[in-house]
Amino acid sequence: MKVLTYDYSKCTACRACELACSMHHQQEFNPARSRIHTMIYPEEATYIPLACTQCEDAWCAKACPAGAISHNYDLGVWWVDVNKCVGCRMCELACPFGDVSVNPQTGKAEKCDLCGGEPECVLFCVPKAIQYREPEGASLNKKKAVSAKLKGSHKEVKL
Amino acid sequence: MAGWIGKILRVNLSKNTWTVEDLDPDLAKEFIGGRGLGTKILFDEIDPKTDPLGPKNKLIMITGPLTGTFASAAGRYMVVTKSPLTGGIASSNSGGHFGAELKFAGYDAIVFEGKAEKPVYLWIYNDKVEIRPADKLWGKTTHETEDLIHQETDPDAKIASIGPAGEKLVRFAGIINDKARAAGRSGVGAVMGSKNLKAVAVRGTRGIKVARPEEFRRAALMTLEKIKASPTTAVGLPTYGTASLVNVINAHGIFPTRNFQTGVFPTADKTGGETMRATIEIRNKACFACPIACGPVTEIKNPKFKGSGEGPEYETTWSMGACCGIDNLDAITKAHYICNELGMDPISFGVTLSCAMEMYEKGYLSFKETGSALHFGNADALVEMAAKTGRREGFGDALAEGSMRMAEKHGHPELSMAVKGQEFPAYDGRGAQGMGLQYATSNRGACHVRGYMISPEILGTPQKLDPFSTKGKAGWDIGLQNSTAMLDSCGICLFNTFAIGAEEIHALLVPATGVEYTKESMLQAGERIWNLERLFNLKAGLSAKDDTLPKRILEEPLPEGPAKGQVVRLSEMLPEYYQLRGWDENGVPTKDKLKELNLV
Repeated sequence: MKVLTYDYSKCTACRACELACSMHHQQEFNPARSRIHTMIYPEEATYIPLACTQCEDAWCAKACPAGAISHNYDLGVWWVDVNKCVGCRMCELACPFGDVSVNPQTGKAEKCDLCGGEPECVLFCVPKAIQYREPEGASLNKKKAVSAKLKGSHKEVKL
Repeated sequence: MAGWIGKILRVNLSKNTWTVEDLDPDLAKEFIGGRGLGTKILFDEIDPKTDPLGPKNKLIMITGPLTGTFASAAGRYMVVTKSPLTGGIASSNSGGHFGAELKFAGYDAIVFEGKAEKPVYLWIYNDKVEIRPADKLWGKTTHETEDLIHQETDPDAKIASIGPAGEKLVRFAGIINDKARAAGRSGVGAVMGSKNLKAVAVRGTRGIKVARPEEFRRAALMTLEKIKASPTTAVGLPTYGTASLVNVINAHGIFPTRNFQTGVFPTADKTGGETMRATIEIRNKACFACPIACGPVTEIKNPKFKGSGEGPEYETTWSMGACCGIDNLDAITKAHYICNELGMDPISFGVTLSCAMEMYEKGYLSFKETGSALHFGNADALVEMAAKTGRREGFGDALAEGSMRMAEKHGHPELSMAVKGQEFPAYDGRGAQGMGLQYATSNRGACHVRGYMISPEILGTPQKLDPFSTKGKAGWDIGLQNSTAMLDSCGICLFNTFAIGAEEIHALLVPATGVEYTKESMLQAGERIWNLERLFNLKAGLSAKDDTLPKRILEEPLPEGPAKGQVVRLSEMLPEYYQLRGWDENGVPTKDKLKELNLV
């Protein structure tokens, strides 16, 4: 199942992801209503985009008393049925990552729905810091990057 | 309205009041936004003869209809005011995140009037606006100011502020936002300082609508594909920053060295983008919504100049490098950080220092006067003078007046490398005739981003022109000046034009605003803006006699390198320029031209 993966070393802090997300879901450019956010740490030269990780066992769905958050098995996405959502904010309280919130204008919960399988944030991410792909590959790539560094130190030790 | 928010925040600092006004849709259509609309507001509301540092001058921070959208690099805002450096129109552009945030708060622009009794800063949270005391912030650097305001307001606020340079009315003080992005040129920071306005902090949580979202999205994606396909925007700028130009321009022999005494700097590579990447650069960083990401994030490890921040850029590695005969990248970068923190334009500072260095070497300035050995190549003096100029200490007080006033005061005005009082940027016009003409005619004095003739004359885009020929250059200049004025009014970054042109901008502007511009009417808005800036300058007292260049550039041939023997042959181009502009021989727009542009 494809998920959003992030390569922080590639993120340039441009926040195009936030604009693409809010335009797709809200029909306006509004980072405050985006479901993905890039945190910018200028002193550390670190920029971190973050959106719903689509938990296997979702905190938000478990907390929802209205049964409004359910799993779409085809896409691997947890989505909010706005007809059932009562805006009680239990999902907001339950999510450990801050990846679901109630829109003050509509009173309904909003979270990443992977744009139905074609995430706009990925489309607009020119440096390819955000990708939509099978997660196994993503962690393997991370391992490869770490082992490449280890390889160097191993060589030094041998010498 | 779509694209535009349709609201202008007007702040009267003398009366400590603010109001929100509707943006006139007809004016928005005619002048687009940013530089154009800002000029229109300034032209209508102030006497161009007014003292730029007096309370009757106004300071306008203004976005464009594309600012805050996902159009490529659409995070720009413009600061428009009367310049204390040139006495003419100032419009300084900046990126970062401040401009977009202003729109998210619900405003296209802020117009500051009058002068606060005591230091203040403006805090905007959507429709909540407060003029707050800034006594505790006065004297602080731009970095300290941002940190303190973040504590007092909201950690997500975006902030534009002045440093000590703006407070002390350094004539080339800038406004710094997001700690490292600058509305740098023409002394807009001094105007802010003259109003006792230390900073503007804004947080916005509202949306920006466009007229036809799907069409706009397609245009934005099409533009991104072009940015990704251009070697300059996809590889050169993100990898090596703007300083990737150092070796290119030096190789053409138009890299002004030691106050424009030559155009070749033998050790230029030590200050170029490639060296920067290999030594001090940690990574690259983008402004808001920018797919190019040309900003270098850097750290100086050398304990003598230790520090970290963003930059330097091409212009600053040159103005404080080759122009001062300095090839120590650590020292240049340190001086660049100081310029950002104290809030001043490193171009004008570097070129003013290089002027002082030439005067020092020629015996026109003594050690007694300068308090420092201002030899070309003295990297320690560069760092020392940057700090002193930003605070007007010692000889820094003389440098803070800019090269024209400083050189004049000491009897050698011919050594000021400036046009209309504003110092040259990093290209010697003698080896690029069209660029020379552009410098002479630019409405804000010497400037590279009013009509970047280096593109066709040196880099060969969109087509290669013979840099030493004057033929046809007037027409090229006018075309670039007009299209740049248009682009500067939309709210997107000029660097887009390495990959896209009027076609793509038109494809973005129409669905964003819903205004049915034709490509011609859109470009005509650029011409209208240029002419209005000209009218402002004429009313301010500038005239054809100011459309000139320093004696050195007109009469002293470049002594070596590929452009050896060249001077700017301005008299071959200027009459044609006036004629093609529809101006009379005195450089005054004719009635017919003004009528054609709807400026009467």
